[in-house]
Amino acid sequence: MSTLIQTLNVTKAYEKFVALRDVSFEVREGEFISIVGPNGAGKTTLVNVLTGLLKPTSGQVRFKDQDAAGIGPVRLAQLGMARAFQLVHIFPALTVGETIAVAVASQLGRSRRLFASLAGDAGIQKRVRTVAEIFGLERKLDAESRLLSQGEKKLLDIASAFALRPEVILLDEPTSGVSTGDKHSIMQVLVAAARQAGVKAIILVEHDMDLVAEYSSRIVALQEGRVLADLPPAAFFNDPAIVAAIVGKRTTH
Amino acid sequence: MRSHLLVLLLLAVLALLPQVAGQYHLTLMIPFFAYGIALLGFNLLFGYTGLLSFGHALFVGIGAYAAAAITSKLGLRSFELILVASAVGAFLVAIPVGLLSVRYTKIFFGMLTLAFGMLFHSFLFKFYDITGGDGGMRVLRPSLLGMDLSTLDKTAFLTGPFYYYCLVLLGFAGLAMWRMVNSPFGLHLKAIRENPRKAEYLGVRVRLYRLFAFLISAMYCAMGGAILAVSTGLADPELAYWTHSGNLVFMVVLGGFANFLGPIVGAFSFIFLQDQLMSLTQYWRFFLGATLALIVILFPRGLMGLLQDLGGRFRAAEAPAPQRISHELGTERVNP
Ligand SMILES: Nc1ncnc2c1ncn2[C@@H]1O[C@H](COP(=O)(O)OP(=O)(O)OP(=O)(O)O)[C@@H](O)[C@H]1O
Ligand SMILES: [Mg+2]
Repeated sequence: MSTLIQTLNVTKAYEKFVALRDVSFEVREGEFISIVGPNGAGKTTLVNVLTGLLKPTSGQVRFKDQDAAGIGPVRLAQLGMARAFQLVHIFPALTVGETIAVAVASQLGRSRRLFASLAGDAGIQKRVRTVAEIFGLERKLDAESRLLSQGEKKLLDIASAFALRPEVILLDEPTSGVSTGDKHSIMQVLVAAARQAGVKAIILVEHDMDLVAEYSSRIVALQEGRVLADLPPAAFFNDPAIVAAIVGKRTTH
Repeated sequence: MRSHLLVLLLLAVLALLPQVAGQYHLTLMIPFFAYGIALLGFNLLFGYTGLLSFGHALFVGIGAYAAAAITSKLGLRSFELILVASAVGAFLVAIPVGLLSVRYTKIFFGMLTLAFGMLFHSFLFKFYDITGGDGGMRVLRPSLLGMDLSTLDKTAFLTGPFYYYCLVLLGFAGLAMWRMVNSPFGLHLKAIRENPRKAEYLGVRVRLYRLFAFLISAMYCAMGGAILAVSTGLADPELAYWTHSGNLVFMVVLGGFANFLGPIVGAFSFIFLQDQLMSLTQYWRFFLGATLALIVILFPRGLMGLLQDLGGRFRAAEAPAPQRISHELGTERVNP
């Protein structure tokens, strides 16, 4: 299986505070990687570095054999990486359909069509509808995003990321703030959507160990900015020291 | 559908107006057309992209001085040439100004554009020999579509051929803008206004699209400026002064920036309100200011917002679907 993402000795410091130290790991095609760790371990920082938003203080980040350190989200989106946020990011006044259409239009390279009708673009509208259906949002296409429930906002954030047809998708706590019952259904939708959209790898940041155990093919545990463990789920959960280090200190939000 | 009919009806009324309205009011319609065009552009940047400029009088000024330079320095008369030159001139100036300004947002963007506007205004005084300093530059009667109209007296020109010319121009400028705000391009601008970080992650080149909106708004403002200068026969440095930038903001807020037609309604109300107040009292500036304060406090969505609310109440009484009203009025809501 070919390597999609590779980090080598990545260190990221916010002024004096070091959030990531010497982080090296790989993501290969077909993998479902969970990144776990207590609050403040550096998970979101790692996602920001992987998506090119933050430039590492030192070390390398490569995506599909290209240098991706600090190249920015736009460039990475074009290369095939998408992301959903820990705190939902939506376009409050845009409808669900419009939100998905932003991603579809940019992925199809139609952003600069100055005088073309968006509503009349059958290509865009068809894909918007398909994506909305996958995420169960098809009945809300004309609803303004700010009027959605919290769970629907999360789904929309994720749906718009999927609409980019990425090869890799990073999900930063997609189920945070959602009830336990909804968590499983969101994860099921996500995994099905990934399969349908041809996503080659998923990186999930998650606190809920049940979900991690159920879906991951590999678990990367961070602690105070270091990689504490990089193991398949069976090995991970069989090591009491690691589980205690990660789960023991966890505070839920 | 209803909205299209409404707009067609309005255009028809404007086309028939010279048959019924008095000359005085007809001459006031020329600045209305000018500001209508300028503000359509201004609002692409403000209402749709979320960037409030306090310096767009700069581009109005460029249009006015282009008209003056072409007619009185180069001796050419074609108004079409003036329009093209205004737009091209504004485009060229807007590239560096926009590149520097769109690196920032909110108040920093506003202050930077204000600074550039002031800089341009001071240039007009610095190059006194060319620009005529505070006396301004004369704008000679242009020809329209190759027709020489220099024999008409001023009022006949403004209320006759020039009136229709500007009306058609406003129609085309509005149509082009309507298509832009409803295109994939326009959607990207709205996404940037709503959440630039999220837009970036969906592959939108935020700064570049802010720059595009800036360039388009500059060109619209310059065309408005050219019309203003022709209507007074003068490229007046006041047109490029920062208080004039403030007037542009005033008009858009008055009409309602969250609405496609808001800028046009704002231009119309401002011009006739100002005219009324000026004829009533020498303290008209005070009353104009008070009006703006009241509008912002009572109707933050401007006159179009007020109309929509009234329309909503009216229709809610007859049909139980109040949330669809903005659609039916065909007035796209741009802001929460
Ligand atoms: N912009 C910043 N400036 C300074 N320090 C920061 C910044 N962002 C994060 N940090 C610090 O870096 C550390 C890692 O933060 P990060 O957000 O990556 O943690 P996390 O693992 O995602 O935590 P959580 O589980 O709470 O989401 C934290 O101690 C945090 O306070
Ligand atoms: Mg986090």
